[in-house]
Amino acid sequence: MITRRKLLRSTAATGLSLAAGGLAAPAIAQGAKIRLGYVSPQSGPLAAFSEADQFIIDGFLGSDAGGSFEVIVKDSQSNPNRAAEVAGELIIDEEIDLMLVASTPETTNPVATTCEAEGIPVISTVAPWQPWFIGQQGNPGDPGSWRPFDYSFHFFWGLEDVISTFTAMWNQLETNKQVGGLFPNDGDGNAWGDPNVGFPKPLDAQGYGLTDPGRYQNLTDDFSAQINAFKAANCEIVTAVPIPPDFTTFWTQAKQQGFTPKAASIGKAILFSQAVEALGDQGHNLSSEVWWSPRHPFASSLTGQSAGDLAAGYTAATGRQWTQPIGFVHALFEMAADVMGRVEDSRDPDEVAAAIAATQLQSIVGRLAFDGAGLPPFAATNIAKTPLVGGQWRLKNGGGYDLVIVDNSDHSDIPTGGTMEEIS
Amino acid sequence: MIWVDTILQGILLGGLYALFAAGLSLVFGIMRLVNLAHGDLIVMGAYLILLLVTLLGLSPFLAALIAMPVMFLLGWALQKFLLNRTLGDDILPPLLVTFGLSIALQNALLETFSADSQRLPTDALTTASLQMGPISLGVMPLLTFASAVAVILGLNQLFYRTELGRAFRATSDDPVTAGLMGIKPANIFATATGIALVIVTIAALYLGLRANFDPNIGPARLIYAFEAVIIGGLGSLWGTLAGGIIIGVAQTLGAAINPEWQILSGHIAFLLVLLVRPRGLFPRAHD
Repeated sequence: MITRRKLLRSTAATGLSLAAGGLAAPAIAQGAKIRLGYVSPQSGPLAAFSEADQFIIDGFLGSDAGGSFEVIVKDSQSNPNRAAEVAGELIIDEEIDLMLVASTPETTNPVATTCEAEGIPVISTVAPWQPWFIGQQGNPGDPGSWRPFDYSFHFFWGLEDVISTFTAMWNQLETNKQVGGLFPNDGDGNAWGDPNVGFPKPLDAQGYGLTDPGRYQNLTDDFSAQINAFKAANCEIVTAVPIPPDFTTFWTQAKQQGFTPKAASIGKAILFSQAVEALGDQGHNLSSEVWWSPRHPFASSLTGQSAGDLAAGYTAATGRQWTQPIGFVHALFEMAADVMGRVEDSRDPDEVAAAIAATQLQSIVGRLAFDGAGLPPFAATNIAKTPLVGGQWRLKNGGGYDLVIVDNSDHSDIPTGGTMEEIS
Repeated sequence: MIWVDTILQGILLGGLYALFAAGLSLVFGIMRLVNLAHGDLIVMGAYLILLLVTLLGLSPFLAALIAMPVMFLLGWALQKFLLNRTLGDDILPPLLVTFGLSIALQNALLETFSADSQRLPTDALTTASLQMGPISLGVMPLLTFASAVAVILGLNQLFYRTELGRAFRATSDDPVTAGLMGIKPANIFATATGIALVIVTIAALYLGLRANFDPNIGPARLIYAFEAVIIGGLGSLWGTLAGGIIIGVAQTLGAAINPEWQILSGHIAFLLVLLVRPRGLFPRAHD
């Protein structure tokens, strides 16, 4: 049986397909390496997402399949304009065969849009699919005008998963079902608070009341207004999608002003353990969405490593605690190897795009397939959904925090490590 | 009661802005130097305090005390060897140099400390509060405000009660004539920037205790500081405090109406003051 990996290895080593006709697979047949472009925010405010990039890329290049690839890495500097610029450089100057891009719509969208315009296939991840798909449409306000993409593909979860995960966590507690929403005036905040696609409708359907004082600007220094509004509405639950410094300001002020909800489910701000550690011991039992953890029961198709092995390898190599993007950036390179193992001509964008669309891969973040599962029809061709569960940060003995999965109602194959606890 | 609370919180927030602005006000007032790297210097100060806290296991307050003389020397050297060379008739070179310095500082911090958001270690004090009837005021914001008042009180004493202060004012009014009287403006400028960085250290302490900081957060802190200085009027330190409070109260009042108005109302208050008093509320010098 010819597996993807064997094919890659043998074609690279023997020039098999050159002998087979000389018209197919010139890149691999001539021993030339397949050129991958990779854009991520390695510096600037989003840099925490890309901390593990070098570790992942080194691991990929050192794997069996990695030998056939060359990875050209560019830094978006957390700036959408810069991201589009480096994407252009990668396409025109570096003549890449496939673009990979990760971390936040500010990085993925400009790169994917550039690739789509230039006709270069792109695989993107680490941005909820709504801002990725809808954000790249000519008229985000008119669903009728939304069109699928020819060369852009994305795998991640969506807003509906966060909503369902958060409410499932709250349902584990005895509360008065009054929720305070702290939504910033940015892409995420506007989507979360949106009356149609955001929290208001599903919360209403499940009998929760939402107090949403309105959108605030990022890097606000005072949250008294929101705290007063939440107190007045007697909120026992808080949900928010702030940037880390704003959450620290809010949470500290809330404690100072005597407001302690039973549950606080926070997107974005407390993804990384350093951000939770910044709260001192006030971060205990804060809850958050979990897209990947060392306890996820998945393994890499590249190296065979389990999620736990990959995270442990990162900690051993760098001395740092694992972060969620590790799994997804690794999966991005898994996808690249898998796709290129199934094409004859890596320089043919249409063939590569067709191969991406046909992906059926058991990766370190779960099954990746663009089959439209769990998605509305308009997004089905370009997006593959990955599982999302809920977790709580728990103080460890001797300092630091552990992320414990407390809710898996949407994905029971991912084991929980405990149940939801009230914040005290 | 919510309105009283809102205004009190705004005043306390104003203390933080005034603290950010005091160093800027000093440098701006004496040598008309707009230091665009001020925010980044605050962040650098916060990292210095963090370094002392982690290496020596000190409390942040003690660490700030140790960081002050270090920052003074740094400011002195910065002015003496770099910024003094840019001062002249043209206002553009200092702007460009401090702008470049801001970018260089951000990247140096990013290389050294990575992009992780950091915070000075906190204890019970951070979330402690004083209950005054239905209103509870955080101890930390109160301390911040008190420090801002203390800093401005101290600077005023320095300005109007000491020989150095006289030299500051003389150089500010007319560097050439001050030079004829035996004052070396270059040295006065260096000392002023040194003192500004001591104040920056105090601002850094409260920045780090209040919320997270990372290498890129400096410029965002600069804009309110600028507005506070301009509202207060050139060279007036009490004016800077008043400016900070005006912005702080405008922000919390705006937010109480709708959080979308929070930042905007601070800026609108700034524009309104400029409309009515183009030279700020309490301008000291007439130039």
